[in-house]
Amino acid sequence: MASEDAQDHRIARISSAIRVIPDFPKPGIMFQDITTLLLDPQAFKDTIDLFVERYKGKSISVVAGIEARGFIFGPPIALAIGAKFVPMRKPNKLPGAVISQEYALEYGTDKIEMHVGAVQAGERALVIDDLIATGGTLCAAINLLERVEVDVVECACVIELPELKGRDRLGDKPLFVLVSAA
Amino acid sequence: MEKKREMFAGENGLQGDPRLKAISEAIRVVPHFPKQGIMFQDITTLLLDHKAFKDTVDIFVDRYRDMGISVVAGVEARGFMFGPSIALAIGAKFVPLRKPNKLPGEVISEAYVLEYGTDRLEMHVGAVQPGERALVIDDLIATGGTLCAAIKLLERVGAEVVECACVIGLPEAKGQCRLNGKPLYILVEPRK
Repeated sequence: MASEDAQDHRIARISSAIRVIPDFPKPGIMFQDITTLLLDPQAFKDTIDLFVERYKGKSISVVAGIEARGFIFGPPIALAIGAKFVPMRKPNKLPGAVISQEYALEYGTDKIEMHVGAVQAGERALVIDDLIATGGTLCAAINLLERVEVDVVECACVIELPELKGRDRLGDKPLFVLVSAA
Repeated sequence: MEKKREMFAGENGLQGDPRLKAISEAIRVVPHFPKQGIMFQDITTLLLDHKAFKDTVDIFVDRYRDMGISVVAGVEARGFMFGPSIALAIGAKFVPLRKPNKLPGEVISEAYVLEYGTDRLEMHVGAVQPGERALVIDDLIATGGTLCAAIKLLERVGAEVVECACVIGLPEAKGQCRLNGKPLYILVEPRK
């Protein structure tokens, strides 16, 4: 975790910039709202810098971001480390040929999609989202990339909800987070 | 001299800039998406071209860095792919403008007209203060309905919308009085 580095002041500012909204989207859920982080230019910059410092110079050529909040963090990281940005989207949003991966929700299933030809076999990739909860969406994203023989180096999120054990669900895939919301 | 309401980068300060040609060529056209007859301008291929993507952001950053802009508002979802990088580079905050019921907490919302029916765009209460100078960003402008809703949201909280910026401008965007008099800056025309 990033706080193990000598970055405590940046992590503290990032953590305090995140707003918790009770009972959204339904009662009992304490929603971790990163939009307030985006309103603090220094904290937002620090967030990106922490990821860039970790991933620059590691031959990562793909940053895959999960719709929609992964689209906010992924592109600045991709631009800074010289990688391409690949959006992983909800069904029927991407035009042209796609591959799709279904994943389980609490009730029912959902799907995420990636463009055919966006990534090549052998590329090294990062998967980005704002938050990891159960890890279902991240696992689906990893599956999509591995199906086209991409090497998923790590998953990176701003926030982890450790009680939901998403880290375990990722299995042998490393997870890097900035803030743990216990 | 009459000021054009929509400004293409290639006719305003970036004449002959080779970056614009590369950006245009990086955009893919997907015919008949989402329905028959529409030639969809797909920017995802631009995002795969690191240099062209970086140039896109750099052109906007060079234009806006000295304009005292403190807010970059990006329209969900493709506005999220361009807006944050611009915001970070110019030291502004990024404000996501979202489809209904996505933003947690208190929001204000503005309806806009679709071909059939209406939709709504939402912004967080308190994200923007009166008097702030704002940029609105999306990947593409067609009729301008979404951008108009975005302008209204910002103006309702007392912000000043300095300009709307899009990577691509469709012909429908030309000559219409639908951006409430706000200037529009566009990098490229659609590919055939």
